[in-house]
Amino acid sequence: MKQEYTITVHTENHIGLLNRIAIIFSRRKINIESLNTSPSEVQGIHRFTIVITESEDVVIKLVRQIEKQVEVLKARYNTTDEIVWQELALYKVSTDQIAEKVKVERLLREYGARAVVIRKDYTIFETSGHREETERLVRFFEPYGLIEFVRSARVAITKSSKGFHETLKEFSKIEPGSDTVENEYLDKNKEVFTM
Amino acid sequence: MNTQQDTAELVLPVEEQKKTISGSQAVLLALQAEGVKTVFGYPGGAIMPIYDALYDFQEDLHHILVRHEQGATHAAQGFARTSGKVGVVFATSGPGATNLVTGLADAQIDSTPMVCITGQVYAHLLGTDAFQETDVINITTPVTKWNYQVTDATEIPSVLAKAFYIAKSGRPGPVLIDITKNAQVQLFAYEGYKKCDHIRSYRPKPKVRKEYVEQAAALINGAKKPFVLWGQGVILGEAENEFKAFIEKSGIPAAWTILGASAIPTDHYLNVGMLGMHGNYGPNVLTNECDVLIAIGMRFDDRVTGRLDKYARQAKVIHLDIDPAEIDKNVKAEVPVWGDCKETLPMLTKLVDKKEHKEWLELFRAYEQKEIVAVIQDELHPDTEKLTMGEVIDVLNDLTKGNAVIVTDVGQHQMVACRYAKFTQSKSNITSGGLGTMGFALPAAIGAKFGAPERTVVAIIGDGGFQMTIQELGTIMQSGVDVKILILNNEFLGMVRQWQQLFNDRRYSFVDIMSPDFVMVAKGYGIAGRKISVRDELRNALSEMLNHPGSFLLEVMVGKENNVFPMVPQGCSVSEIRLK
Repeated sequence: MKQEYTITVHTENHIGLLNRIAIIFSRRKINIESLNTSPSEVQGIHRFTIVITESEDVVIKLVRQIEKQVEVLKARYNTTDEIVWQELALYKVSTDQIAEKVKVERLLREYGARAVVIRKDYTIFETSGHREETERLVRFFEPYGLIEFVRSARVAITKSSKGFHETLKEFSKIEPGSDTVENEYLDKNKEVFTM
Repeated sequence: MNTQQDTAELVLPVEEQKKTISGSQAVLLALQAEGVKTVFGYPGGAIMPIYDALYDFQEDLHHILVRHEQGATHAAQGFARTSGKVGVVFATSGPGATNLVTGLADAQIDSTPMVCITGQVYAHLLGTDAFQETDVINITTPVTKWNYQVTDATEIPSVLAKAFYIAKSGRPGPVLIDITKNAQVQLFAYEGYKKCDHIRSYRPKPKVRKEYVEQAAALINGAKKPFVLWGQGVILGEAENEFKAFIEKSGIPAAWTILGASAIPTDHYLNVGMLGMHGNYGPNVLTNECDVLIAIGMRFDDRVTGRLDKYARQAKVIHLDIDPAEIDKNVKAEVPVWGDCKETLPMLTKLVDKKEHKEWLELFRAYEQKEIVAVIQDELHPDTEKLTMGEVIDVLNDLTKGNAVIVTDVGQHQMVACRYAKFTQSKSNITSGGLGTMGFALPAAIGAKFGAPERTVVAIIGDGGFQMTIQELGTIMQSGVDVKILILNNEFLGMVRQWQQLFNDRRYSFVDIMSPDFVMVAKGYGIAGRKISVRDELRNALSEMLNHPGSFLLEVMVGKENNVFPMVPQGCSVSEIRLK
């Protein structure tokens, strides 16, 4: 069953990596609904947040293909209820219209909007939230002549408490982590079997 | 008297004490440090500084001038497959770089370690549509394991160290390094070359999980009809002995994918043959009867599995692979044994019971008998007037005793050669499996010979594929490499013709291909040759080819409309394999 998944990828910050990740989706004719790149809590490590609608089966394969890339440290996927997510939206509207016809106070309170710029000719509002919330404000502004609207990609953080720091520390070590099973047989070929 | 001089040296600033070299020299020093002795390449404007530096390295670095950059990539692949080392390619920017794409794609899908170094226009010209500028990084991203553009010479030592490490480690693959011309000529303080053995974001080998090995062993020990499928992973992991020990102790019959061929000798009693579309009868049919299927270093390609929803549904699948992305990709694994099979196989061998699956093995033998009667007998000992491809391979086996490296192109001759060629040692079957690149064999054979100079290399090629990279005869002529070229000429693009006959009602659409006089073409390149079309001459002609000092081209005319059987038609299950 197809549903919305958010894929989080921690990577080195290298030119060309965006393309390497994007073609994993485009090769399989899968549409990326939202894509955000940003720094992470670890210096020098980049974070991609990608939203797609697919079946879990497909998502697992995609995540493994992403993680296979040399410069990817970790890729994981979550359903929407496992994450806290936000999108940011900006709205440009005519100041005259707004000042005349809208109770701005109500607007700011009800929609959690914020005026970022106020000029004679236009005012820019900003709000953040889920898709429906930012969408609702678009509908509200439409009768008053919405000059411009833009919405950002999704940013998401998992609800689980563990960050990426620990995983990264493990990756930086040349020696495998403690949960590795040492291969006790490898150096003892002759004792294990005879050829 | 020398005191003054010595003192002067002592006070030299640290920077000046370091050797100042050019980016191009750094490239060649890196190759030297990686133990590279052979490079396949073709010069051009944007890579001229590297070729200029190469002039001084000629004694150490053997450069083979190919006739087309695609040839360089396939030669590097052939070299890598017989030697187990990384194949290295030089090419210039623009068309030189785009000509590498087929070889890169082939190496990517067949996991062949290769490092391609391309020249690029000056960094300040990037993005200006400069002469011979092409965005080679973005063009090659989908067909490389890793690629990187160098615009500053100081990066060269560390980037090349990474390139070789990535190409060779884990699941091998091709790497492309694009170096702008300014970086090639730039002088910098060289601090020596340090090999790379760790990249923070790169996990070449997944951690071996002991519990999975234990679960796998338990499944195998409880199995009545276990069946092993092995692929190139066994050869790439150099785990041939570990693999043999595993099947010998567990007594499990084993079948191979075409890239896995030669990992164990053809006549090993547990080697039951070839898998897939033109594979052997027993292995295909019994895939759908086994109870535990153990896949080792193979990726369940659609040419192996046929129709997936009818593939081994009854079996519990154990999948050993170094690449976690292969697990569950096509066939769901009950037990995923992630890791290098060089490590996991001995662990498994230790835990499995010593067994002989006599009756089960007998079943494979019974199917083999059916196949001999229905197909093999007529292919190897035909009573037709025209020669068959199979009988050519059969006589070749007899003369080489299975010790030759067999390089094949793509098509009917490839399937016949893989089916009937006998192998006694590993790394002997070089072919384009995943990509199916016609034109692969001739340049790959050149590289294969450089990778294993002490071995006889026979390139078996169809009349179609030979004409795709025929210009590499020039490389043979100039380098003096000893490659035996065996053309099996059926005057058709045979595999497509076979499909058109079987599935398109004999509507032969553009499969009738004309060929030049190959022997005369070879003669033009100074290569001896012979053409035969009758059975009486076969043995004699093949021995002439093998005994000839230096390269030799033998063209054998075979039946025009012979088909390769058995065959699993596309869209059918492996157990619906047709014998005719």
